[in-house]
Parts: sequence; structure tokens; C-alpha cells
Amino acid sequence: MSRKIKQGVAPALRRTKGEEVFNVFNIIFCIVFAFVCVYPFYYLIINSISDNAASAAGDVNWLPQGIHWENYKQVFALDGLSTAAFVSLARTVIGTVLTVAASAFLGFMFTQKKMWHRQLWYRVIVITMYFNAGLIPMFITMKNLGLTNNFWVYILPAIVQPFNIILVKTFVESIPASLQEAAEMDGAGTLTVFWKIVLPMMTPILATVGIFSAVGQWNSFQDTLVYMTDSKLYSLQYLLYTYINQASSLAASVRASGGTAINVAALATQQTPTSIRMTVSVIVVLPILFVYPFFQRFFVKGMMLGAVKG
Amino acid sequence: MPTSEGAGVAASTSGDLTAANGANGLASRRERRVRRKAEKQLRNNNSAKRHSINLWLLIVPFLILSLLFSYLPLFGWLYAFYDYKPPIPLSESEFVGLQWFEMMVQNPAQLRAIGQVLINTFAMSGLNILTSFLPLIFAIMLNEVRAKWFRNLVQTLTTLPNFISWVLVYSVAFAMFSSTGMINELLENLHLITEPIKFLDSDDHTWLKMLLWNLWKGVGWGSILYLAGISGIDQELYEAAQVDGANRFQQILHVTVPQLLPTYFVLLMLSVSNFLNNGMDQYYVFQNAFNTEHIQVLDLYVYNIGMGQNSLSLATAISMLKSLVSVGLLILVNWLSKRTRGESIV
Repeated sequence: MSRKIKQGVAPALRRTKGEEVFNVFNIIFCIVFAFVCVYPFYYLIINSISDNAASAAGDVNWLPQGIHWENYKQVFALDGLSTAAFVSLARTVIGTVLTVAASAFLGFMFTQKKMWHRQLWYRVIVITMYFNAGLIPMFITMKNLGLTNNFWVYILPAIVQPFNIILVKTFVESIPASLQEAAEMDGAGTLTVFWKIVLPMMTPILATVGIFSAVGQWNSFQDTLVYMTDSKLYSLQYLLYTYINQASSLAASVRASGGTAINVAALATQQTPTSIRMTVSVIVVLPILFVYPFFQRFFVKGMMLGAVKG
Repeated sequence: MPTSEGAGVAASTSGDLTAANGANGLASRRERRVRRKAEKQLRNNNSAKRHSINLWLLIVPFLILSLLFSYLPLFGWLYAFYDYKPPIPLSESEFVGLQWFEMMVQNPAQLRAIGQVLINTFAMSGLNILTSFLPLIFAIMLNEVRAKWFRNLVQTLTTLPNFISWVLVYSVAFAMFSSTGMINELLENLHLITEPIKFLDSDDHTWLKMLLWNLWKGVGWGSILYLAGISGIDQELYEAAQVDGANRFQQILHVTVPQLLPTYFVLLMLSVSNFLNNGMDQYYVFQNAFNTEHIQVLDLYVYNIGMGQNSLSLATAISMLKSLVSVGLLILVNWLSKRTRGESIV
């Protein structure tokens, strides 16, 4: 981001006492707020790798103690976790690719003035951003379409996203029209123009759409809750929720994967429900923590593009 | 992905008109020219129309998706007028007309429950709207930081919570605030308390707690838009203010804030039009046996009675009213925006 509010007239000379106080307060506030935003994640991570007894006693607050990876080994052996991780990964990848492709294509098509009743179809899609039938009618529809307990319920409804289409359309409209016209003079059809000229220029906006979509897919919780009863199709988020909320289901999972009685006893002393919860949380949040800093500038740019209307 | 259809659309008109033209020796040149022109135009019109419909065909699959997942569910509103009990199909269910809508207002218990849900919804939305200026303030504060690396670092760290799900927020809350969580352990180790404080398993200050979680998750992210807005402010305005002797606070007050207000109002109006749509994820994960009274917002209530208690028809009736009121609010807010700012938000 470029913030250019650097006062032109040598600011250092003009600072008053009030401004100094404000500066100090400002920086302290920023540090505190940033700390509050990040510390919980740090806390989860250090506790998931620390000695479970120390962690349970509340002694692990700043640095990990007695680092070990046993929790992760146990958690990956839990019933359902690898399935859920696979489901979450699959829906993130497939969903993102399809959404990005659809947004790029539709965003471009709605700029093509030659299209039959372009404005009408654009409105048909954009209006859906502002109303929805509600949870229950949606559930009944999905049920009638045979999409409950079906992986595609994660993907299909998410493909056409009005907001993304608006973003892409606004972006395409900012590309000089002469580029497209020149290509058409040379005999390129609409699709060639899309594929060869416009698509390569869309990268920044598609990155933004892609990140939003990927984060949305990875984080989605409600659709599993409403549409899925088959535990093979649970997403990681939903599994984590059941782990946090139901100590009994957690114990059952640990027991189921633990096997023999000796194992169960050993597990009881080593892995506490808390340590497992924290470990699963870390597994759920880690992809975002990794990917996030790299892509931050993209969606900052994307937000700026999207803010044009406001 | 449908991509193969439109290729070679435009190049399909043939050239057999020349023969007809050449045979007509008696017609004057002017006449011939006029006729040729008309034929050419007709040919162009036809091929242009074909071309434009071919373009449309390419987006049909997406229109179908939109139809299936946005328009088709609207027929589900029919269920609000029947006494629908899930295994029995709608065709065999009893048509009860407006019974569910009447029940909402006639049955005292139902009325009280819905009243409480509405109060919760209004309280949470109201609190969120009342605090909607915080991202604006934070953006201005962040912008006043001189060190660029520090600004970027704070911005990166504070937007992070926006990218995690509400389930993870709940997991964080659990690690921090449950009776064996970090805060309680800390207070006990310091001998400040003997009994753990029930941050999560009680109904005290539920609205406030939900607001705080919302702020934790959203303030940093919300400020990005305003930072984008600030970077777009014309530098000459600041220079002019400096020439007039404005100090930093006066510059903020008289340049930055007025320049950001349009963005703020658009967002404010959007949140007003979304007054009834709090979403349910946040409230669902935080709800438990202790705090249902003050945490149930409309979206969660619809889920609880629809999916939890299987009262699909009543839940549909409520969510139908909710959607209608929401659209009404949106139209109202849009009209207000047009009247006051001369710009529509939709």
C-alpha cells in the first residue's frame, strides 16, 4: 500500500508536545492491539508442542516447555481427521479453481456489449447478492436436488459469486478498450480475446478472488452442519467444533484409535482433551498462517479495487 | 467449463448476392446502390444477432447455476403455508394458510420467544453499528505512524483474525477463557480468584462478549478499506491545510475524516440493510445451555427450531419474513442514500 501522507513541510520541526504524546500513545495502542490479535495463535501453537502436564497446569504462556510432537502423532491417528483434512483440502482446491474460472469468464462476458440482453442477465445474477430464500428453503432445495450428504454441495452453489463477478467486471472495464478492439480487428473472436488478451491481465484481481474463495472454502462450517450427516464428508472445521464441544466424542475417538487397554491408560496420562483440541486447532489454522503473509498485499490491492464504488 | 461453442461465429455469411445484382441491368445505379446497402445491413443485423445470442449461450450454464441455487429455493417459501413434517411429502401435507404467521403473534409463549430473539438481533446489530466507526479511527491512527515497516507489520497482524473461521475463534476463546483456560489459570496462580470465572458458560454480558469477539475479528480488516481511501486522498488538500496553519490533529479532523466519510456512509448503510442478517456461525459456536436466552439471533433461531426441533414450516415462515424485511430495508436505505447523497448503494 502506498500511503503518502508525509507532510511536505519538514514535519520533525513542527511537532508539538501534544503530537509527541499522541505518537507514543498511538504506537503503544498499535502494539497492544497487534499483540491481542496474534497472541492467541501463538498460545495454541506453544501449548500443542509443550509438555502436556505443564500445559494443563497453565505454565506454558510465553515459551514452549519440553517440546515434543506426540500430540500431532496422536491427532493424525484420530478417526476421521485425515478424511476431514482431505475433504477440506479437496473442496478448497476444486472450489477455488472453479470459482476463479467462473468469475473471470463471467466478469469478462458481462463487459461484452454485443451480448444478448447483457444488462438483464447481469442484474439477474447480481440481485442474488441481496436476497436469499433462507436456511430452511435452501436445505429443502438441496435435499430435493440430491445434494445433501454429497461432496458437490460444497462446490456447486459457490461457483457463481456475484461479488467476485462485480470485482472482475470493474477490473476489466478499467482495461483500455482499444486493446480488445485491436485484437478484434486482427480477426480474434470473443473467446480468443478473453483467453489471449484479457485473462493474462486479470492476474491481480483473480489472485484476490482466489484468496477470498480459498479462505471461504477452508473456513466454511455451516454447510457441513446443515447438509452433512455422513461423517466421511465432514470438514476439518466441523470436526474441530465437535472436538471442542463434546468431550465425550473426543474421548471416544481417542479410544477408538488407541486400540488396547494399556494404550488407553497411557493416552489418558499423556494426551489431555485440551492438548488434542489445541493441536487440532493448530492444524486447522496453520495453512492460513502460512499462506496469509504472502498474499496479504494481493487482497489489500483487491480491496482497493473493490472500494472504487464506495 | 463451456468454452468451445462460440468459435467461428461471425464468419458465416455467404456471398451469393452478387449474381442477383449483376443480372438486373435495367435498374438505375442509384437504385442498385440503395438495395445493396439494405441487403448488407440486413445481413449484418442477422449475423450480429446470432453472434450476440451465441455469446449469451456461453453464460447459460452459469445462469442455470444461479437459477438452481438462488431462485429455485424461493419456491421453498411454499412450505411456510403447509403443515410440513419432513418424511411426508409436501403434496400430502395439510395446507394451513397463514397459520404459522398467526401463531407467531397469537401464541404468548411463541411471541415471547420471538420477541427475545428480535431484541437480541437488534442489540447485536445495533452494537455493531454503534462501533462501526472503530475501523475508521484505527485506520487514521495507523496512518499516523511514521515507520512504514511498523505500519505494515501492525496491519498484517491485526487483519489475521479476519481470516480464521468462527469455529477457530471459539477454539481460541476456549483456550483462553474456559474454566481451565489461560486467563483463569493465570488468575488462580496469582491467587486473585479461587473459583474459575465462567466467561463462556454463563449468560452474563453475552451481547458485550459477542461484540468484543466481533471487534477482535473485524477491526483490523475493516480498516484496510479506509487505509485504501486515505491513500487516495489528494495531497494538495493536506498542503492547503498546512498553508492555512493546520496542525496534524486539525488536518485529520478537517481533511482525512471528511474525505473518508462517504466510504463510511456506504458501509454504514449496507450494515443497516443487513440489520436482520447477523449470520449464525458466530452465535452457533458460542451458544450453550446457559446463554441461549441472550445469544439467539434470528438466523440462529431459525436454525434451532428448523433443524433442531424439526419445525420446518415455522422456521420457513420466519426466515421468509426476515428476507422480505431485509429486502425492504435495502430498498429503503438505497432510497435514503439517493435522496441524501445522490448516489445509490446497490
